[in-house]
Amino acid sequence: MLYLKNMDSYYGESRVIEGLSLDIPKGKIVSLIGRNGVGKSTTLKSIMGLVKTGPETSLVFDGKEIAKLPAYERVRCGIGYVPQGRDIFPQMTVQENLELGIQPILGRGEKVGKNKIPEYLYDLFPILPKFAKRRGGDLSGGQQQQLAIARALVQDPKILILDEPTEGIQPSIINDIGRAIRKINEWKGITVLLVEQYLDFVMENSHYINIMEKGNIIFHRETSLCDKAEVQKLMTD
Amino acid sequence: MEQTINILFNGLSLSSIILLTSLGLAITFGVMRVINMAHGEFVMIGAYMTFVVQQLFAKFLPESIGGLYYFVAIIAAFGVAFGLGSLLEKFVISRLYGREIDSLLATWGISLILQQGARSIFGSQGVNVTAPSFLSGGITLGECTFSYNRIFIILLVALCMGAVWLVMYKSNFGRQMRAVMQNRPMAQCMGINSRKVDNLTFAMGSGFAGIAGCSVALLGSIDSTVGQSYIVNSFMAVVLGGVGNLIGTVIGSGIIGISSIFTENYTSSTIAKAVVLLIVIVFLQKRPQGLFVIKSRNLD
Repeated sequence: MLYLKNMDSYYGESRVIEGLSLDIPKGKIVSLIGRNGVGKSTTLKSIMGLVKTGPETSLVFDGKEIAKLPAYERVRCGIGYVPQGRDIFPQMTVQENLELGIQPILGRGEKVGKNKIPEYLYDLFPILPKFAKRRGGDLSGGQQQQLAIARALVQDPKILILDEPTEGIQPSIINDIGRAIRKINEWKGITVLLVEQYLDFVMENSHYINIMEKGNIIFHRETSLCDKAEVQKLMTD
Repeated sequence: MEQTINILFNGLSLSSIILLTSLGLAITFGVMRVINMAHGEFVMIGAYMTFVVQQLFAKFLPESIGGLYYFVAIIAAFGVAFGLGSLLEKFVISRLYGREIDSLLATWGISLILQQGARSIFGSQGVNVTAPSFLSGGITLGECTFSYNRIFIILLVALCMGAVWLVMYKSNFGRQMRAVMQNRPMAQCMGINSRKVDNLTFAMGSGFAGIAGCSVALLGSIDSTVGQSYIVNSFMAVVLGGVGNLIGTVIGSGIIGISSIFTENYTSSTIAKAVVLLIVIVFLQKRPQGLFVIKSRNLD
């Protein structure tokens, strides 16, 4: 589904990721874990086109090279992104936040209507219709996270990229979010790339685990074959 | 009493012109964080467009419909300023995002080029526009006279405000524009072509400056520096009102327009400028973020 090869990422002039390769198989939930500052979020931002990547970088998504495309074109190829910190548009209502994603993927002349928001999103996140008129900035962290995931799903992506969806969120909502991610994957066959710090969440909700260290993947295994203690040790070493 | 009403009316009319130039600035400066020193020149372009359209009408069309030139001029001024704004954004501003000082210098240079361009085309002598016949005269109520062209300007500004509000809050483009303004990378991650949005936003701001030029043309002679006299007030109005806030810009323009006419009435126009500047300085000492601030719940 998504294949990163030889990816270099830069912040300004300094290279923070060098020659990273990563394969995300279709229809799977793949997690990328590691300590702070090893380049997980940078990897995701590079996939989205928010961080400068080197000329050798190859990002093949769904059979198409996207490394040279601007961020908004990549999204239109079918990549949904839920950033760290959620980045809800605070001045806009929940409904507006949701509809914002629809317009760019519609053809000319098509109108954004309520019917364009997939029904299953309301089953997945029942709070959304209740809060439709509220400003995004007034929601709690957990509610914003659910809105951010729903907003990415509105565009009917082939892959959903999540950056630390459990950060700063209470345990019961974390469970809801985990369940939602699995359902998205099962119901719609959407591939998921998940960056996390929270090991239990990853063990419970992903098919494959990758551990990142200093811009490289140092461990890659199917979750069912992973020993939690071993993974824990690799993460804290 | 009559004097107070007259002052208020003139203040209102000055405020509305400041507002119209500020609208464009509020969009480019407030939304895009670009200090566009050439904004005043779009006012000038609008004013000269009014002159050009009037000349064309006088030359090619019968006199009976001559008065209609003004409506055509408004559309032409908006269109030309819009187009030039779009070009300016595409070839200059878009390369300077995130470099405030560079964009300030570059746009100042463009401002000088445009002024010289106007001098080369129209000469350094000011030109005059004759107000269309339906705008000459005024209503007299008691001792007060309200001239039609000032009333017309106030209405025009109200109309433009309404249009901006509709575009920003009721259209899909406006929604995308607000998204880009609130969080550019995230807007891109929603599939919004932020370059196109930037370009149209800038062009729209310039277009409204063009309309402001049309109304300026009704009030006095037009020369290459006509934009300069309004632009300082407009920058102050935007900063005073709170950057990136439409209502703030309206109130900021009101404060500056009315206080400047009021002081001018009792002293001189030079003192009035100083007083307005003083008000702004004192105010910004107390509230550097301006009158209105966009508040929202932070991440918890």
